[in-house]
Amino acid sequence: MTAKTGALPITVRDVTKTYGSVHALDGVSLNVKSGEFLTLLGPSGSGKTTLLMVLAGFTRPDCGSLKFGEDEMIRTPPHLRGVGMVFQNYALFPHMTVAGNVGYPLKLRNVPKAEARDRIDRALELVQLGGYGDRGIDQLSGGQKQRVALARSIVFEPRILLMDEPLSALDKKLRDRMQIELRHLHEQLGMTTVYVTHDQREALTMSDRIAVVNRGRIMQLAEPQQLYDRPANKFVADFIGDSSFLPVAREGAGVSFAGATLLMDGAVPEGNDLLLMVRPERVRLLTGDLPGDTNIFDAKVTELVYQGESYLLYARLPEGSEIAVRGAIREGTFGKLPQVGDAVKLGLHKADTVVIADGER
Amino acid sequence: MSVTDLHAAGLRRDERLERWKLFGLASPAILLVLVVLVIPVGWLFYVSFVGADGNFSLENYERMVSRKSYLRIFVTTFQVSILTTALCIVIGYPLAYFISQLPTRWANLCLVTVLLPFWTSLLVRTYAWLVLLQKQGLVNQWAISLGLWDEPLKFVHNMTGTLIGMVHIMLPFLILPVYGAMRAIDKDYLKAASNLGASPRRAFWTVFFPLSTPGLFAGSLMVFVLCLGFFVTPAVLGGGRVIMVSMKIVSNIELFVNWGAASSLGVVLLVLTVIILWIASRFTRLEQMAGGGH
Repeated sequence: MTAKTGALPITVRDVTKTYGSVHALDGVSLNVKSGEFLTLLGPSGSGKTTLLMVLAGFTRPDCGSLKFGEDEMIRTPPHLRGVGMVFQNYALFPHMTVAGNVGYPLKLRNVPKAEARDRIDRALELVQLGGYGDRGIDQLSGGQKQRVALARSIVFEPRILLMDEPLSALDKKLRDRMQIELRHLHEQLGMTTVYVTHDQREALTMSDRIAVVNRGRIMQLAEPQQLYDRPANKFVADFIGDSSFLPVAREGAGVSFAGATLLMDGAVPEGNDLLLMVRPERVRLLTGDLPGDTNIFDAKVTELVYQGESYLLYARLPEGSEIAVRGAIREGTFGKLPQVGDAVKLGLHKADTVVIADGER
Repeated sequence: MSVTDLHAAGLRRDERLERWKLFGLASPAILLVLVVLVIPVGWLFYVSFVGADGNFSLENYERMVSRKSYLRIFVTTFQVSILTTALCIVIGYPLAYFISQLPTRWANLCLVTVLLPFWTSLLVRTYAWLVLLQKQGLVNQWAISLGLWDEPLKFVHNMTGTLIGMVHIMLPFLILPVYGAMRAIDKDYLKAASNLGASPRRAFWTVFFPLSTPGLFAGSLMVFVLCLGFFVTPAVLGGGRVIMVSMKIVSNIELFVNWGAASSLGVVLLVLTVIILWIASRFTRLEQMAGGGH
């Protein structure tokens, strides 16, 4: 199983699912490339899980098309879809041992006993649970259950793997480690993977591409860096990372804030309601000589918070908006920071000066 | 006194006091169990070892072993109990499955219809069956007028009537624990089975059924044990042709005024029941019989 098992692209077209008057999915179209790790990211109730359940076959949409490779799958019952799935609560069968669970899909496929034993062992070793085959499910820790669930979902070498917030029940340290492990496993196995989470950091860490979902629609589909640096709209900018938003006005080809034209590298989007997105960690506290390639804002400190590895500083601009500034704390620097009430100059490099359209579209 | 013993004596006293209070709350029940269970059962044991001449004797037990009629009664008792349990499983399991798959609102409504007869007097229901099933009863009249059969069939005063009545009365005892066990099965287990390639039928037999067996076992045990000592229904609907242990106990007292013989039958039935429960307790958790567990 260390060799790549092959992968299939997924094509979703115009899938709609309504519950009463609520659009859980509102005409969603999505292409997942073969072998890609794609994450559906969104707040709870956004429709991301519904979309995953449509892929798995547990939710029947009102209309739309779903293809695995060339094959139309929208009406195929779940047990004939041949996709692996890791459930949020693991869904390990409590009346079977670890090996019984992992071997279950092999038994259904009439894999000969000796070969099945071999594949179970290899799958368990892959998730670092070699020798755990005879354990009962209730003897496992949360992290171990997670690994067994993973082993069970890949042991039959599906070409598509679905994961529904598989790490949400684990504590933070374990979650961080499992993220890296899942990523490595995906590189090793190469199956097309669709991963659902509401945790933006998890999405950024693991994904080749991320689809941000809200109110049954895909807001933006992009690579993590693109998503973070060039969000398509305010919803995406707000949902991923922290940011402050300043109202700006269109001025020729560029924009201006409070009467001053802003330096910027990127393009200005269409629309009339424009916002400047300010990521706290991209803002610098300026002292001494002022650089020429940077937008400068005069402000007054309103709050200074110590957060261990970094500080968080809030400053109010003369026109009333507030900007958050985050910076690393090195030896002795915290004491030298400006205090509440001090006047400061905040710098935003023109490369970090990103203007987005207000609203969701 | 070191610092670590701060308030230790007082805290210990509070703990003790709390336990006594709890015991005090339970004392009426403990007294009741003592008066209406422990003492009478002890007396039952004692009487069963007293012979006709008033001295200690094993004659009551010897009679049970030597007389064929007694053996037949025990065989009948087990026959009725096993058949009733089996029929309850065949009828009750699918029904419990059906109810467990309904949305909660409808499931509760269905449960009420299961429980309603359960709350009605046993005697009333038994006589109702007598009325329904007798020669000129509703069932025979309707069936004949519909042309299902020509002559009135004998449904009562035999094994058939006894079983119909017993199954009707015992069904809730099977359905409730089975339903409880089924309801506790996470639906994701079935989704997982299906996702891993199991057809609905395969998923049922490999995942759902095994997970429901504790409830099925508890319910069956409950029905079986209740059947062993059942009296009213077989007495009325059996019409004297289906004689179970409980009925023999009654006749021993009412007809022959033989308390020793009656007591010994009671003791044997009690011991058998305890043995069955003890064996069962090694395979399952008995609290599931009350719908608990998990």
